[in-house]
Amino acid sequence: MTNTISCIEKADVILVTGSNTTENHPVLSSYIKRAVTQRGTKLIVIDPRRIKLADFAEYWLRQNLGSDVAWINGMMNVIISEDLYDKEFVANRTEGFEDLKKTVEKYTPEYTQKITGIPVDQLSEAARLYAKAKVSSICYCMGITQHIGGTDNVKSLANLAMLCGHMGKDGSGVNPLRGQNNVQGACDLGGLPNVYTGYQPVADLAVAKRMEEAWGVSGLSTKPGLTVTKMIPKAYEGELKSLYIMGENPMVSDPDLNHAEKSFANLDFLVVQDIFLTETAKLADVVLPSKCFAEKEGTFSNTERRVQRVRKAVEPPGDAKDDWKIMCDISTRMGYAMSYENSSQIMDEIASVTPSYAGINYERIDYEGIHWPCPNTEHPGTPVLHREQFTRGNGLFHAIEYIEPAEQVDNDYPMYLTTGRVLYHYHTGTMTMKSAGLNERSPACFIEISQEDAEKYALNDGAQATVASRRGDIQARVKISDKAVAGTIFIPFHFVEAAANKLTNAALDPISGIAEVKVCAVKLSSAA
Amino acid sequence: MRENQTIVLNGNEISFEPGETVLEVARRSSIDIPTLCHLKGASPTGNCRVCIVEVEGEQNLLPSCDTPASGGMVVHTESAKVVEARKLIIQLMLSSGNHNCAIRGAEGNDWTKFQMGVQAQDQSGELCPAWGDCRLQDLAYRYQVSAEKHLETEVPYPMETVNPFIVRDFSRCIKCGRCVQACNEVQVNNAINFGYQGADVKIVTPGDKPLKDSECVFCGECVQVCPVGALVEKDARYQVRPWETAKVRTTCSYCGVGCQIYLHVKDNKVVAVSGVEDVAPNYGSLCVKGRFGYDFIGSSERLTTPLIKEGGEFREATWDEALDMVAKRFADIKSRHGADSIGVLTSARVTNEENYIANKFTRAVLKTNNIDHCARL
Repeated sequence: MTNTISCIEKADVILVTGSNTTENHPVLSSYIKRAVTQRGTKLIVIDPRRIKLADFAEYWLRQNLGSDVAWINGMMNVIISEDLYDKEFVANRTEGFEDLKKTVEKYTPEYTQKITGIPVDQLSEAARLYAKAKVSSICYCMGITQHIGGTDNVKSLANLAMLCGHMGKDGSGVNPLRGQNNVQGACDLGGLPNVYTGYQPVADLAVAKRMEEAWGVSGLSTKPGLTVTKMIPKAYEGELKSLYIMGENPMVSDPDLNHAEKSFANLDFLVVQDIFLTETAKLADVVLPSKCFAEKEGTFSNTERRVQRVRKAVEPPGDAKDDWKIMCDISTRMGYAMSYENSSQIMDEIASVTPSYAGINYERIDYEGIHWPCPNTEHPGTPVLHREQFTRGNGLFHAIEYIEPAEQVDNDYPMYLTTGRVLYHYHTGTMTMKSAGLNERSPACFIEISQEDAEKYALNDGAQATVASRRGDIQARVKISDKAVAGTIFIPFHFVEAAANKLTNAALDPISGIAEVKVCAVKLSSAA
Repeated sequence: MRENQTIVLNGNEISFEPGETVLEVARRSSIDIPTLCHLKGASPTGNCRVCIVEVEGEQNLLPSCDTPASGGMVVHTESAKVVEARKLIIQLMLSSGNHNCAIRGAEGNDWTKFQMGVQAQDQSGELCPAWGDCRLQDLAYRYQVSAEKHLETEVPYPMETVNPFIVRDFSRCIKCGRCVQACNEVQVNNAINFGYQGADVKIVTPGDKPLKDSECVFCGECVQVCPVGALVEKDARYQVRPWETAKVRTTCSYCGVGCQIYLHVKDNKVVAVSGVEDVAPNYGSLCVKGRFGYDFIGSSERLTTPLIKEGGEFREATWDEALDMVAKRFADIKSRHGADSIGVLTSARVTNEENYIANKFTRAVLKTNNIDHCARL
């Protein structure tokens, strides 16, 4: 997030898109709901489902799946043609405006409606509301990123915010909501194929040299590695021989699972390190038991870049070990001795090789976490990014054209499918499904459809139905809901016995390597 | 001329900011005015009247939570008049239901009868589940109040136990309305409110349905703010007493909000979770997963020993055996097929320190940049 969670409450207008916030980030959603009900903040929700947050919204715009670039360009068309953009911000803080202007010219509200399905008036009014407010915030989540044009979507939202000068201020910014506890930290600490810690590029020779010195090694590779979504096909093709998987369950979370399973089976050697014998661990050659968060010391970095402490509360079961200790032991056995007294010592090493974490240590974050960038131990941290300038200096507008989703509906597969989570479960359910109470509230997979589609396919609420895509099929019970819009099905992806990812499309965003799990074409039929 | 921006609190002159209530000024000055219904972050309701103070020149005692400070005000927070009124308020609450703790007191033999009645109603042979963690009990102790003259109480509504997380015991509800404020103003879930009139007042969902059939999303904010034993976690009820547990502060392991939580630990087991108040990012709030989804920690299905697959079946192995095998196979594959034939998936679930070590291991030892994690999924 460019801003903090508390900042959200300060906005006059909040635009939420591709985020079912009340179910996926419930505590953060309270900030939005409080802003609306107690401060008079206006909320714009742009989502293919009529999610709970729509009840609080001034406008709920329903876009066709995967048409995000079009509605964002459409909004910018209105804002530019009605002269509502922030000329001072555009002049002083950005570049590339003329190209952007030229590209969005054709995205008139009428043209945009044809692509997105959003009525002309609604789009124009929402655009005006967002642009005119003094403080406007954008929150988005995987509904924006999990598309073949996910990177385009994110850049487009940044365009919209910069165009209106809604950046770098308390309450104004662009805020991706991170879905997993430490997804921010995994990215920050080098868990990506192209960068070391703090986003230092692996391809940069000077960076590689620095890391070689810090680690006392030579020959670090300067060739960016493979993303997870590319490792799987490489395993299928036989090029990737071995995988070491830690705390992940791709056998439920990956797109096109039937293909993924064949890929894993093709590996020479699979190591899985986890707290449970997950679907993925069952395929492993060696399984290593690790501690869970309640048994370890360390830190997580939350969605607002705040580095916070994790503390040990209970002893681990059996011989389960810290993930870092397991890796150190393997490393030492492979000839590179790695040992640390504790996680605090590791954080000190992180600070020494990572400019954005340089000022962070356990003593400083004992009571309250610090937002990176925090370049030295006197620095208070950075709650709001891009106040004076952007990382690259001026903000660059990207002129972006709309592209269609990789898969369209047709006669064989006439409905769209989108996927997500429900309130009571988390990701692949490895943790939440151990709680009887959560299972009682959300016992099984379901197929969420509109009343209209229920009638069209003669399906009653609770009826067993089959959903099939070109890649697989699953069965689950029908749930008729006013969240659903005719023509689009929603299925939560938590449930292994009816895994939505057997249906999803593994087509990738060429830049981010994210799969388009939010859109594919399916057919629906009664299973009776 | 600048208006006088000070008040006199128990003889001390204290400056205030316009808009501050007497309670806020007092708290800032470490003067302890007791409260029950007051909930930080929500609008004051003045329901419980425990926070009443004497303001010179005012005929009535005023609730400090809802009385703005004004220049020249002279306030007494523990005057004889205040203490007398406060005692009566506490006594009425204490005698308004099944507050079966010793502080309640009893005359002669009625205590036994009262206990039997309470225990029959809440189907337990125990004292109140909030014992030791009850604001009403604390206040009764502080002001040495007992309810001995009011032993007969009628409880018009049965307990609600039909959802998996929260027990609603109306016999212990003092109608302070903190849960209503928490639900409507803090979490904005709008699931509960005051219902019925007069002596029949009850905290209800629309249509007085059980929580499980209402808009309730079981965030448990109401349980966290309930000052008495009316709203209690179902699993912890009567199983866990506060003096038996240790609290460890940590960060929630579900979504990316990073809520600050206390894990309540008894006999090496996490038995409850609560939100850490007064600290970002959640200021005490949690969701259903964070508050009630902790069973996985102590699950019997946890992995406890390394496993090695032989002939399609897993067998238990020692750490030395497993680690030797992993190191040997990685080295072997690396030398035969090159470093880029190995990939590492680190995790958005493990700590920063562990991600750093995964990054170091992959790049410095395996010598590949094939490292990624589940950010994309």
